[in-house]
Parts: sequence; C-alpha cells; structure tokens
Amino acid sequence: MMANKRIDEPTGTEFVGHEWDGIEELNTPLPRWWLWTFYATIAWALVYVVLYPAWPLINKATSGTLGWSSRGELTKEMTAADAARQGIFEQIAATDIEQLAASPELMGQAIAGGAAAFKVNCVQCHGAGAAGSAGYPNLNDDDWIWGGTLSEIEYSITHGIRWEGADATRVNYMPAFEGMFDTAQVNALTGHVLSLSGKGTSSAAGAQLFAENCAACHGAAGAGMPEMGAPALNDAIWLFGGTEAEVKKQILAPRHGVMPAWNERLDPVTIKMLAAYVHSRGGGQQAAPAQEDAAAETEVAQAAKTDSDG
Amino acid sequence: MEAVVRRLGVWALVLLAAISAIALTPDSGFAIHMGIVALVAVILIIATLGTYDPLAKAQSIFKMPPGPSRYDDDVVRWGVIATMFWGLSGLLAGVFIAAQLAFPDLNLEPYLNFGRVRPLHTSAVIFAFGGNALLATSFYVVQRTCRTTLAFPGMARFVFWGYQLFIVLAATGYLLGITQSKEYAEPEWYVDLWLTIVWLAYLAVFVGTILRRHEPHIYVANWFYLAFIVTIAMLHVVNNLAVPVSFLGSRSYSAFAGVQDALTQWWYGHNAVGFFLTAGFLAMMYYFVPKQAGRPVYSYRLSIIHFWSLIFLYIWAGPHHLHYTALPDWAQTLGMVFSIMLWMPSWGGMINGLMTLNGAWDKVRTDPIIRMMVLALAFYGMSTFEGPMLSIKAVNSLSHYTDWTIGHVHSGALGWNGMITFACVYYLVPRLWQKERLYSLRMINWHFWLATLGIVFYAASMWVAGITQGLMWREYGSDGYLVNSFVDTVSALHLMYVARAFGGILYLTGAVIMAYNIWMTIAGKQRAEAPMGDTAHDEAADRPILHEPAAQPAE
Repeated sequence: MMANKRIDEPTGTEFVGHEWDGIEELNTPLPRWWLWTFYATIAWALVYVVLYPAWPLINKATSGTLGWSSRGELTKEMTAADAARQGIFEQIAATDIEQLAASPELMGQAIAGGAAAFKVNCVQCHGAGAAGSAGYPNLNDDDWIWGGTLSEIEYSITHGIRWEGADATRVNYMPAFEGMFDTAQVNALTGHVLSLSGKGTSSAAGAQLFAENCAACHGAAGAGMPEMGAPALNDAIWLFGGTEAEVKKQILAPRHGVMPAWNERLDPVTIKMLAAYVHSRGGGQQAAPAQEDAAAETEVAQAAKTDSDG
Repeated sequence: MEAVVRRLGVWALVLLAAISAIALTPDSGFAIHMGIVALVAVILIIATLGTYDPLAKAQSIFKMPPGPSRYDDDVVRWGVIATMFWGLSGLLAGVFIAAQLAFPDLNLEPYLNFGRVRPLHTSAVIFAFGGNALLATSFYVVQRTCRTTLAFPGMARFVFWGYQLFIVLAATGYLLGITQSKEYAEPEWYVDLWLTIVWLAYLAVFVGTILRRHEPHIYVANWFYLAFIVTIAMLHVVNNLAVPVSFLGSRSYSAFAGVQDALTQWWYGHNAVGFFLTAGFLAMMYYFVPKQAGRPVYSYRLSIIHFWSLIFLYIWAGPHHLHYTALPDWAQTLGMVFSIMLWMPSWGGMINGLMTLNGAWDKVRTDPIIRMMVLALAFYGMSTFEGPMLSIKAVNSLSHYTDWTIGHVHSGALGWNGMITFACVYYLVPRLWQKERLYSLRMINWHFWLATLGIVFYAASMWVAGITQGLMWREYGSDGYLVNSFVDTVSALHLMYVARAFGGILYLTGAVIMAYNIWMTIAGKQRAEAPMGDTAHDEAADRPILHEPAAQPAE
C-alpha cells in the first residue's frame, strides 16, 4: 500500500484513492455487526435447509430431518378439527332432519355449522345476512318458492334449482307470454296480478286471463304452489321486483334463477346444517304431521319435477 | 442521403405493416394499437424529412467533431420531463383505484374498472415513472463517471422514445382490456417484442459508453445500473415467452403452464422489484447522495460485498411469493432462506448511503434534498427488513393475500423509490437546464412533509388493514367454525381504505407542488424566499427566568 494515504478529516478514515466526477470512496472496513448478522443469517439458512425440505434431487427433494411438509401440516390440522366435531357430525348424520329440532343442543350445533358454511358458500348470491337481492331469494322471510320445511330446504340445497347435470334438481319454467298477449291483455293481466296483493286494479278481462293461463300453477288466488316452485303472487315479496313494469317484464319474458346442486361440493351433514341455518333465519315452516316420513317428502318433490318437466 | 432514405424506407414499411394489420385484424384493441404504431410511423417520416440536414451530413463524412465538447444531455432532459409526467399520471391512477376500493361505485365500466386501472397504476409508477428516472439518471451518471459522451447518441434517443411508445401501448392496452394476466408483465406479445428491442438498444448504449470511458475503474453506480439492465432483459424475455394466437391479434398463450408458470412469473415479479426497484435505484443513490452531500462514499469494501451478495441472493428469492401453494415445499424453503440471507446485503446499500453523510449530518437540517435522500434510505431499510420478515412462512401465513403486502410494497415504492427519484430530479433540473438554483427550496420542504405524511397514512392504514384481514380470515369460533365471511372482512376495512386514499392524495399533492417547482425552474424563475436552515435566535430571551421577589402589598 502507498505510504502517503490521504485521510478524510471528518471521519479519520483513509481514502481508497479512486475518484469519479468528484466522488471519492473511503476505505472503511465492513461494519462488524453487519458482517456477523450476515453470517448468522447464512448459518440459520444452512440449519433450516437440513431440517426442512430443501435440496432438489433427481426424482424428489430432500424431505428434511423434521419430516415436515405443508400438506402434512394441513392434514394434521384438518384431522384435529374434524376429530373435535366428529361426535356432533355423527349425531347429526344419524338424526332425521325433521327430528333435529327435538334436540335443542343438536339443532344449535347444526345452525352454527350451517352459519359457517353459509358464509363460505352462499353469501355470494344470498347476501351476508341472507337477505338476498333482485333475482336471489331472501331467506329471512316466510315466503318459500320451493317449500320452507327443513326437508324441503335440504332438498333444494342438495339438488339445486335448474342445475344442469343434476337429475334430481328442482326444475320448472314459466312460459314466456311475449307474442301471445297483446298490449291491452298484458296490462289487464298485470293489473290483476298486482291486485292480488292489493296494489293494482283488477278487471274482468285480467281475472279471466289469470284464471285461464296462470291459476294452474300460481293458484286461483295467487297463493303459489311450492310443490311446483310456483311463487306466491299475493304477498309483497317479489323475486324480480314488484313494480308494474317489472311484473309485466316477468310475464312477457320470465327470468329463471339457477342454484348449484351442492351435493357436488358439500357433504350431507354440512347440507343438513345449512338447511337448519336457513330454516332458523325466521321463516322456517314446520312439516305437516303427515310428512314425518322423509321418503314421502322426496316423492312429492319428485312428482313436482315430473309435472313441470311434462 | 442513403441513411435518410433507408430510415424513411424502414418507417414506411412499419406504416404499411401497421395499416395492413388494421385492415386484416378482427381484434379491435389490436387495431387501435396498430393505429398508434402507424401514427408514430407517420410522425417519424415527417420528422425524418424535416430534420434532414445536408450540412451535418457533410460534416460527418469528413469526421468533424460534433459541436461543443459537452455531455449528451438532451435525452436526459427528456427523461426528467417524462419522469414527472408519468409520475403524476401514475400517482393519480393510484389515488383513483384507492378511492375505488373505498367506494366501489367509482368503478366505471368497462374502461375504468379496478381490474383495468390497477395495472395501469402499477405499470405507470414502476415502469413509466421509475423506468424513465432510471433511463435519465443512468445516461447522466454513466457519462459523468466515465468522463465520456454516450456511445450511440442516435440509439440513446431511440431508447427513450421507443420506451415511451412501449408505455403508451401498455397503458392503452390495459384500458382496452389487452393483458396476458401476468402481474407487472401484463403487456401482450407484440408489445413485449418491442420492449425487447428497446432494451437491447439500451444495453448497447450503456455498455458502449462504459467501454469508451476515460476512467481506469467503473464506478459502483454503473455496476448497479448494468446489473439492472442485464437482469431485466433476461427476466423480461423469459417470463414473456409466449405463442401468439394469431399474428393479427393481441392474444397469446404463455410458454409455461400451471405451477411452472406461477414460479416463472414470481421469479420475474420478485426480481423486477430486486433489479428494477432496488439495484437500479441503488445506482441512483450511489451517485446522487455523495454528490449532494459533498462527501466520499462510506465504504468501498461494503459496496463490493453488498453488490455481489445482493445480486447473487436476490435472484433465488422469488418462490416466497408462492408459500403454501402448489409449489413444492423444497422450492418454498429455498425462496424463504434466500430472502432471509438477503437482509444484510440489502442493508449494505442503506448503510453506505446513510453513513456517507458522516461529517455532513447538519445538511439534514438545512438541505431538503438531503433530507429526502435520508428518508428514502430509511424507508429502503425498513422495507428491506420487512420483506425478509414477510417471507418467513409463519408470518406469511398471516400476511399473504392481505393489505399488509400492499402496505409493504408502498413503503418501498413511495418511501424509497419515490423519494430518491424526487431528490435526484431536484438535483438534476438546475444542472440540466443550467439554472443557478431551483425555483424554491421551501416548496421542496412542503413536498417532503406532504409525502412523508402521505406515506405514514398509507403504510399505517394498510398495516392495520392487513393484520385485521389476516386475523379475521383465520378466526375460528370455539365450536370450530369460521367466524367471518369474506364480505365481513371487506366491510371491516372501509375506514382503513379511506385513510389509505387520503394518504395517496397527500402524496400526490406533494408531487403536484414538485411539478410546479420544476416547471418554474425550467422557466428560469426564482422564488423570493428566506433561505432554508436559518432559525430565528433571540439572544436576549435565551436565558432562564429568575425568581422575582413577591411584590409588596400596596399601603
């Protein structure tokens, strides 16, 4: 090294001797804390790559001396969570859905589990509070298009609504009356439909059109027919809107909602719990005593499907 | 004459190809892009015809020295203007999308929805604002530290204007819905090809200039610039390997699929941060901090060790973006340990920058440009600590996919990249336009405080939002069921989103003040103001209040 090194006065450090556009460099040694921390991170890394999966080999990577894997960790956590709930799950699985309410503890567990599953799977359409929105039914009221008993709700969730590829799905289609009625007829019919809930003015022509074209499914008084999925028209609840224009639009070119068949994604116990949760939102109906047999319930639903298909 | 004819011929061919593409393509977005290309070709044809200078041509035939012996700064001046323009655009887009997140009604379909404006914002601030700052400063620094002019002046101009065309094509593409859906690499195949040409030209100019240097050694800033240019070229080419669906349409298919595609993307994405936003901006730091401070660089040895360790370690750290995904565990482990080892090499740059102020710390009080540089280095240090921390799997399982990541990125982008760029532009403008001083130093002070406050609002709100989000997502009740739905977590963040947008407005306001200051400086104005750093001192009042005896009661 040159004997006559220049020293930077404020810091007392010698210069390296290079200069670029007036910039010089000092020959300060590496800060010790910096160097030792750097070494420490390297040492830590060397230990870590022995303990955990790290070195790629020809067919697979080293699995680490701890035997840890992210999939293994997930399995362990999921197994523990499943084990904690297993007792309840087995009881719910073994209990007929209409009998759930007989055990408040079991019903409470089912509603809690259903609420959690609802947050993941259902809020996207039905809303966080299950209040629905235009085209997506509100699940908090007592108006049920396809029936509001526990087993009817369970059936709707299991098989979905108009879900392609699910044989047992609930299906119906309302005819489009566009081109079948003239403007005056549509106006008269709309007036009559709205009059069922006390909003519009009925007329003889409207009543007659309703009786001939609509009453078969919606009922003479517009009370609806859950077996066929025909909505009630005599209340203030409208899936696609209750203004004159919206009702008219639905008569001329009806829209039909679709819900997935959840048995493709969820297990039967989760679906049962979802049904319990939806039922508990406030509008759940009690099954008629004659329907305590779940098989009969399914037959009704199947019959409804066959009817609407035919 | 031949050169002009050849150039005209090339542009005419480009024009012809663009017009044919417009006529033949069924893809309206692609047609608009080809329209932009055709417009540029027309402008260039007119410009080529207009600038044909027989005298200059004759001079060059006889190898006469071109003009006065000055540095080649035209392109640097253009770069500074472009930096300011794109900076304001990018920050404005950022404020807009921050407001969209707080108030979703601001999503204006389809051109101005969040999905399209978000890449516009990220590309505008990283590649347009940051990229132009790097272009301008690299051309400025390499000439001065090599004591030579740019190697290929014409090509340097092509790099600058070609890069602007890339930006315009990328930005309009996002709004038109043209994207290959790779984060920070959204432009489609033909725009990628164009950028490749521009980037190789950039490499040629930069390396050519270093090769004709009149200094025995290459200055550390140029190592960092070179690492940035070379690595970005490699990252860009590999990550954008794709097969176009048609040569007359904007769509393409990536050469990679599934988890390989994800890994390639994050190898790219992480090193875009590492080599664009870290190495490139450290290069700026290594020239402008010692110049502004008037002090020698703290440690030559540290600069060598931290340069090589930084560029060696950074390139492996990308897999930490894919923790707990389909990426094999071994790759996740390596991404994590390399990120941890990256901590000290990153901090080497901060130490070298901050400690360069040894012997000049008083300037933090008197020089707002130094103050900006110090703040930039402090944020650089904070985010390069936070980064390795977030790469630890246990931390990442909480932070990943949350706004914590957004906060982390912005403490780096607003704090480090933004502030160091502002400081460099403040340094450059009076020198480039040969003005005695900036229009106003006090306005820099205003800019500094608005930006700092904006970053505090931004980082703090996103930190709170991210941790809130992470904890709510993983919250299970005592009965073992999930407590929150996703939308619950979104509505819980509303206030934080408003605070973030407010922080963004403060930061943008600072940049607007800067633009005005720069504009007035270029116009040759000087604001009459009290000099910075003088604090009033009242000698008479500078003493303790002594106890006075109680007054006697009046008789």
